[in-house]
Amino acid sequence: MCGIVGLFLKDASLEPKLGAMLADMLVTMTDRGPDSAGIAIYSGAGKGRAKLTVQSAHPGRDFANLDADLKDAIGTPVLMLIKDTHAMLEVPLAQLEAARSALTHLRPEVKVMSAGEGIEIFKEVGLPKDVATRFGIAKMGGTHGIGHTRMATESAVTTMGAHPFSTGNDQCLVHNGSLSNHNGVRRELKRLGMTFETENDTEVGAAFISHKLQSGDTLGHALEATLTDLDGFFTFVVGTKNGFGVVRDPIACKPAVMAETDQYVAFGSEYRALVNLPGIETARIWEPEPATVYFWER
Amino acid sequence: MQTFDLSKDGLRALNSSLHALKGQTNMTAWEVINPKGAHAIAAGVDAPVEITVRGSTGYYCAGMNKQASIFIKGSAGPGVAENMMSGKVVIDGDASQYAGATGRGGLLVIKGNASSRCGISMKGIEIVVHGNIGHMSCFMAQSGSVVVLGDAGEALGDSLYEARLFVRGKVKSLGADCIEKEMRPEHYALVEDLLRRGEADHKAKPEQFRRYGSARKLYNFNIDNAAAY
Repeated sequence: MCGIVGLFLKDASLEPKLGAMLADMLVTMTDRGPDSAGIAIYSGAGKGRAKLTVQSAHPGRDFANLDADLKDAIGTPVLMLIKDTHAMLEVPLAQLEAARSALTHLRPEVKVMSAGEGIEIFKEVGLPKDVATRFGIAKMGGTHGIGHTRMATESAVTTMGAHPFSTGNDQCLVHNGSLSNHNGVRRELKRLGMTFETENDTEVGAAFISHKLQSGDTLGHALEATLTDLDGFFTFVVGTKNGFGVVRDPIACKPAVMAETDQYVAFGSEYRALVNLPGIETARIWEPEPATVYFWER
Repeated sequence: MQTFDLSKDGLRALNSSLHALKGQTNMTAWEVINPKGAHAIAAGVDAPVEITVRGSTGYYCAGMNKQASIFIKGSAGPGVAENMMSGKVVIDGDASQYAGATGRGGLLVIKGNASSRCGISMKGIEIVVHGNIGHMSCFMAQSGSVVVLGDAGEALGDSLYEARLFVRGKVKSLGADCIEKEMRPEHYALVEDLLRRGEADHKAKPEQFRRYGSARKLYNFNIDNAAAY
C-alpha cells in the first residue's frame, strides 16, 4: 500500500498552518503503511538563502558544534536548528555546495536528506504521528509540502529507505507502488553520473526525474517520461521549489484523490486524508486520470 | 429513522447493528452521518432496509449487499457494492475503481462517473452509470448488464463472457474478444427498463445506445488465437 498526501497552498493566509494541515492528513493515512514516515516542506525560497537538512544516527555526537565547524570551513555564519535526529543548516545560497562538500569531511556519517532554497525533509522509521511529533511538523509553515507513510516492499525499513527521496536541489518524490525495472534504470543513471544512497526502487524514480530536469527538461516532460521508461505500478507526487506534480501509471491501480479550492490543491491516497481541509465540502474533487501529468506551480 | 453518527459511534458498532437486522424488518430506515471517507460502511447487510449515507465513503461501501437499498449522498471510494448479491446501491456522486466488481445481483446506480475497472468480473449485477466509465471496465464480465450514458475508457469488455454492455457515448477502445453487436428489440427493452430503474430515463433514450458483447473466440484455447490471449 503506502499512503501519500500533498498540499499546495494558493492562499498565503494558510501558509503558517501548512505543517499542521499536512501532518493531520498524513496521520489519517497511517493504516496504509506503518513502517516509516516522512514529510517535505517548502518555505522561504527566493531570499538568497539555502537549507541543508541532515540526519544522523548519533545526533548528540554529530551535531555538536557543527554550525561552528561549518562556519570555519566555508567562512560565513551558519544557522543550525536541531530537531531530534535531523538538523537544518541555513547558509547563503552561494555557499550551499561548499557547505555540502565540507560536511562530507567534517561529519562523514551524516546523511543529507535535502538541499535547496525551500525544501526541508524529515523522515524516520515509525508511525506518522510519532515522526510528525519528533520533528515538530505541526509548527512548520510553508508554501507547499508532501508526505508519505510507507509499507515497505522493495527495500529495507530504514531511515534512508523512507520517503520522500530527494535526488536534486529542491526536488523530492514520494511513491505508492513498486517499480520492476529499477535495477536497470539505476545502472543507466549511474553511468550518467547520478548517485544513489539505497537499493530502493523509489529513489530510482526520483533520480530519473532529477536527471531529466538537470538535462533541461521541464517538470511536465520529466513526468511524462516516467510513463515510457519506468515499468511497474506507481502513483508519484513530486515536489519542486515552485510547486508539485502528480502522475499515475497507465494501469492506475494505486489510488489517488485530488481536491481543489481557491485556497489550495490537495492530494490524498484516499478521500479520508482530505476531510479536515477547510472548504472540502464545496471543493472540486476528482481522481487523477491514468498516464496523465498534472502539476501546479506558483 | 435510526441516525448513526459514524465519527462518534464508530464503524464496528454501525455494521454490527446493521448485521443484527437479519431476519427482522421493524427498523427499516437508517441514516449514517459523518462518514468522512471511512471504509466498509454498511458492508455485509442482509435485510430489506434503506440506508442513507450523508457524505462520501471509502473502500468497499455496501460490499456484499443483500436486500438493502443503500443511498450514498456523496462519492464512493474503491470497490463500492463489490460482490453485491441483491438490493440496490445509488451513488449521487462519482465512484472510484472497481465499482460493482464481481457483483452477482442487485442494481448499482452511479449518477456521476465511474473510474477504472467498473463491473470487473461481474456475475449478474446490473449497473447504470450516468456519466463515463474508466479503462478496463467489465474485464472478464460474466453476466449481467451495464448501461453507460457517457463514454467508456480503454479496453472495454476485455475477455468478456456473457455480460451485456450498452454505451451511449464514445468507446476509446474495445478489449480482446469484445465486439459491437446489433441492437435487437429485446435489447431496447432491456435498456429502457434499466434507464427507468437507474433514474436516467429523463436523460437518455434506448435508441441512442450501442451494444457490445463477446465474440466468444477466447472461451477455449485455440492456437490460432494465441496472440490474443
